[in-house]
Amino acid sequence: MDSSTDGPVDGPADGRSRTAVDPWARQRTYTRLSDGLRAYRMIAAMWIRSTMAYRASFAMTTFGNFAATGLDFVAILLMYSQIDRLGGYSLPEVAFLYGVSATAFGLTDLALGSMDRLGRRVRDGTLDTLLVRPVPVLAQVAADRFALRRLGRITQGLLVFGYAVTALDITWTPLKLLLVPLMVLSGAAIFSAVFVAGAAFQFVAQDASEVQNSFTYGGSTLLQYPPTVFAKDLVRGVTFVLPLAFVNWLPALYVLGRPYPLDLPAWVAFAPPLVAAGCCVLAGAAWRAGLRSYRSTGS
Amino acid sequence: MGTGRLYTAVALGGFRRYATYRTATAAGVFTNTVFGLILAYIMTALWDEKPHLGGYDQAQALSYVWLSQALLMVVATMGGGFEDELLERIRTGDIAIDLYRPADLQLWWLAQDAGRALFHLLGRGVVPLAFGALCFELALPTDPLTWLAFLVAVALGVLVSFSIRYLVALSAFWLLDGAGTAQMSMIAGVFCSGMLLPLNVFPGVLGEVVRALPWSSLIQAPVDVLLGTADPLGTYAFQAAWAVGLLALGRLLQSAATRRVVVQGG
Repeated sequence: MDSSTDGPVDGPADGRSRTAVDPWARQRTYTRLSDGLRAYRMIAAMWIRSTMAYRASFAMTTFGNFAATGLDFVAILLMYSQIDRLGGYSLPEVAFLYGVSATAFGLTDLALGSMDRLGRRVRDGTLDTLLVRPVPVLAQVAADRFALRRLGRITQGLLVFGYAVTALDITWTPLKLLLVPLMVLSGAAIFSAVFVAGAAFQFVAQDASEVQNSFTYGGSTLLQYPPTVFAKDLVRGVTFVLPLAFVNWLPALYVLGRPYPLDLPAWVAFAPPLVAAGCCVLAGAAWRAGLRSYRSTGS
Repeated sequence: MGTGRLYTAVALGGFRRYATYRTATAAGVFTNTVFGLILAYIMTALWDEKPHLGGYDQAQALSYVWLSQALLMVVATMGGGFEDELLERIRTGDIAIDLYRPADLQLWWLAQDAGRALFHLLGRGVVPLAFGALCFELALPTDPLTWLAFLVAVALGVLVSFSIRYLVALSAFWLLDGAGTAQMSMIAGVFCSGMLLPLNVFPGVLGEVVRALPWSSLIQAPVDVLLGTADPLGTYAFQAAWAVGLLALGRLLQSAATRRVVVQGG
């Protein structure tokens, strides 16, 4: 399907471009969002029913997911069997960073884990099927093959986080308590923006889903270690260019009472929700641009 | 067509098949480089804390990181080579057609996997290693004979990796769905090959066990040959023993499986 030809007037691309001059634009944007969420829920529920048909297989793959992601932390434990501190950080402190990063990433992976299949859909032309349905494409792509087994990753992250909180001697203030759920949710939103922007990039670069992996999986691996381990330029890059540092480093260092990297001011610990919102807006724009540039695979 | 020429053609086919996806290869090189960079900093911090950990100095530890990124796809540490396709052929029953072919099943897939490994060595191995060597102080040898000895160990590593993945694929004859076995194999591959952390850093008995398992042939063994921390002949003997044992087991299971294969449908 070529969107430059006279396609169906109610197609997703046309509907969106008209909203700019439409007095009902705000109302319609709201409807699109709730439509998208509703569609997402229904498609996800369908995939859950489908996987629940094979309960034993579901249990095994959930455990496998738990074990596979847990290996990262086993590697950290093995390192700490040889040393007391890494980059000046103790094991519980690293576990705190790890727990937040893994849980936030796990939430994103649960919600949007199928986004990296977009390149394949562009290649084999099955994206066209999604374009003709009266449901936002993003919701369809995101909910495709929704896999509840990805709860394994979240469970693992929460367990490590629980260990960190019990092992650390944090003097909890109301502000610190508030910051914990805030950073996990904002972190998940930042990772989501990276997933969506990565998917948008695949409209252009079709079979380059591995580039996306280096920012998503690579990013979450990076954040599992303290910033003191990495070169200044790398830390600068993930603070100011691709703001992954706001997922856990900056808010977590406030909770841990540790100095920030790059001599940043104290208030940056509370910036994650704003940064997340900004990232989501940019990723949404990238997604729309990507979808508009989409040309089908041809005959 | 002679037997040798047949399998050479299959291997070339395997090479060409992966060489077709140029953007995917470039994207993979990018990923290996990013992960190499992250791991290089982590290992630097680790060796800063405890120099000569596991018998490596810092330059050797950094070389280990970049070599393991270069070898990751060659020895298919995380799986994802021919076995996915073979699993699917067994599940769907297409395997019956393969069994009719005048070619040996195991050798056929081995030839294809060899072609895949060779492509990944050139396509995804060279660039990350070169990047690592430019940006970090590595302990790579200059003697071409050492590199040759390394390549032999890599080839044996591919053979061991193939023999493990062949067993994973054959499990589908009994389990029908091989996804569980493939996942377990991936977990064992990542953990026991030395991909996460050099195996000589693993403490105590755990270290001795993982170094004795076949997966240590994939990454730890070739890297140690290149870094000169292991005797090549002893390493080859270790790798070859696992390869022969696992390939023989594969043959045994294959003949047992093909005797009981029931093809569904008309």
